[in-house]
Amino acid sequence: MKRVVPHVAMLCWGVVTALPLLWAVLSSFKTDQQILTDPWSLPTTPHVENWSRAWNQADIGRYFLNSLVVVGGGLILTMLLGALVAYALARYDFRGNRIIYYTFVAAMFFPVFLALVPLFFVVQQLGLLGTYPGLILVYAAYAVPFTVFFLHSFFRTLPGEVAEAAFMDGCSHAGVFFRVMLPMARPGLVAVGIFNFLGLWNQYLLPLVLNPDPDRYVLAQGLASLSVSQGYRSDWSGLFAGLTIAMLPVLIAYVAFQRHIRAGMTAGAVK
Amino acid sequence: MKHGRLRFLFGALVPALVLHVVFVLSPYAQAFYLSLTDWTGVAGEAHYVGAGNYARLGGDSLFLDAVRNNAVMLVVVPIVTLGLGLFLASMLHLGGRDGRSGIAGSKVYQIVYFFPQLLSLVIVAVLWSFIYNPNTGLLNGVLRGIGLGSLARSWLGDPDLALPAVMAVLVWSSAGFYMVLFSAAIDGIPKELFEAALLDGAGRWDTFRRVTLPLVRDTVQVGFVYLGITALDGFAVVQVMTAGPGGPDGATEVIGLSLYRNAFTYGKFGYASAMGVALFFATLTLAVLALRAGRKERVELA
Repeated sequence: MKRVVPHVAMLCWGVVTALPLLWAVLSSFKTDQQILTDPWSLPTTPHVENWSRAWNQADIGRYFLNSLVVVGGGLILTMLLGALVAYALARYDFRGNRIIYYTFVAAMFFPVFLALVPLFFVVQQLGLLGTYPGLILVYAAYAVPFTVFFLHSFFRTLPGEVAEAAFMDGCSHAGVFFRVMLPMARPGLVAVGIFNFLGLWNQYLLPLVLNPDPDRYVLAQGLASLSVSQGYRSDWSGLFAGLTIAMLPVLIAYVAFQRHIRAGMTAGAVK
Repeated sequence: MKHGRLRFLFGALVPALVLHVVFVLSPYAQAFYLSLTDWTGVAGEAHYVGAGNYARLGGDSLFLDAVRNNAVMLVVVPIVTLGLGLFLASMLHLGGRDGRSGIAGSKVYQIVYFFPQLLSLVIVAVLWSFIYNPNTGLLNGVLRGIGLGSLARSWLGDPDLALPAVMAVLVWSSAGFYMVLFSAAIDGIPKELFEAALLDGAGRWDTFRRVTLPLVRDTVQVGFVYLGITALDGFAVVQVMTAGPGGPDGATEVIGLSLYRNAFTYGKFGYASAMGVALFFATLTLAVLALRAGRKERVELA
């Protein structure tokens, strides 16, 4: 009896977690008629056209590519700048080092909502409202503080001998960073990189305010506006297909990098 | 070498610092100033109004609804999420033979449980707005299917149920994540402690209360801060899921939503900034309280 309770509890939450997701995926293959009259049935024939309708007519494809560009750019910039700052602050002694470090770290304690209004006008005055570069720069600016915080302690723990040997061999400072220290910091970079990717991919508030042009909507924005417009049109199957398409890349990444992602996320939380 | 060092440091720090000052520090600083003005977005037309915006916050019934709702979420969401996460993690370990190793299939459970945490809250909110749909939604469908059709409700349309429905979504999206986190913490507890407890004749409940719970305290504390910040936000879920958004009748209004509406719908940028400052102090208080609570009584493992 004592053995049964834990199994039942685990199974219950498993169903609560998985059922909504499965239901959405199944519904994306059904007709509107089937969804409305019989939400429980399995799709009789898989209506793949829901997916192509969502991808093409409902612009999910375009939102997807927009997300790819903005998140890709933001992630590369974040990792490059974050690693450079963290390394410079962790391995070099100079006046103002601590102040710069705390300037970055302090930003993690401020809610983004506080910056929202002035940020809108800063981006507008730079002529970057609704542009890819604008979003990429802002994404990076808000992801760098945590990246610095995380990698700073990581670079501190790396042994210094290899770097010293490289200096002896005439390697430049930048050379030591890119060719010696960065490869050694790989586990840390992967962990914080995954954390940042998920954070940026799921970003909603910043694009909502800074990216008003529907042609450049990122996936989260597009899906939110779609849920309103398709609701009016009662194209439920198309909406479920869009929802499933939006979940798919995260699911694929999760299955492929399952261990890394769990390690990265838990490390990010415990820090 | 000396020269190269300076050039490298300059190149490594300056681009990031420029980005940080322009897009992060200056907006934060400006927000404090703007909150003391009546600015409506016209350049040069910001008049100093002192604490006027803050005084008006106290009489803004929708904002007060938002504060109340965020306060409720701040208490309920972390407690339920962490409680559930801890319960599931201990079930995972209790089910094992020695009261510690995982039960059969524990790897699969962890994989499934973790997944919702990875999804954007927008995706989660769109999904759950279908689930809550009174006519075609999954929830009422399940209730009718198992003969509890009388419990079927208009979940997001009922002012008494809308906020709990929103909170349930937040709990759903992260309880599994905390279960994995707690599970890892329990794995880190030395086996000897459990064996000693068993030898002393402690039951499973006693073992959980006396051994497990004190040793996962740090995880609970971190989780509280993270979930507290999530609960003080709540913007994405409410904005996507609820009527209005924030309805019905302010039942799901949150501070972020009030701020967003006042700024970008009404153009009251000074007033909205005052809400931002209020939110900042709420977040700061939360962080300080959590850190202070954590300092006392920490259990050291040799």
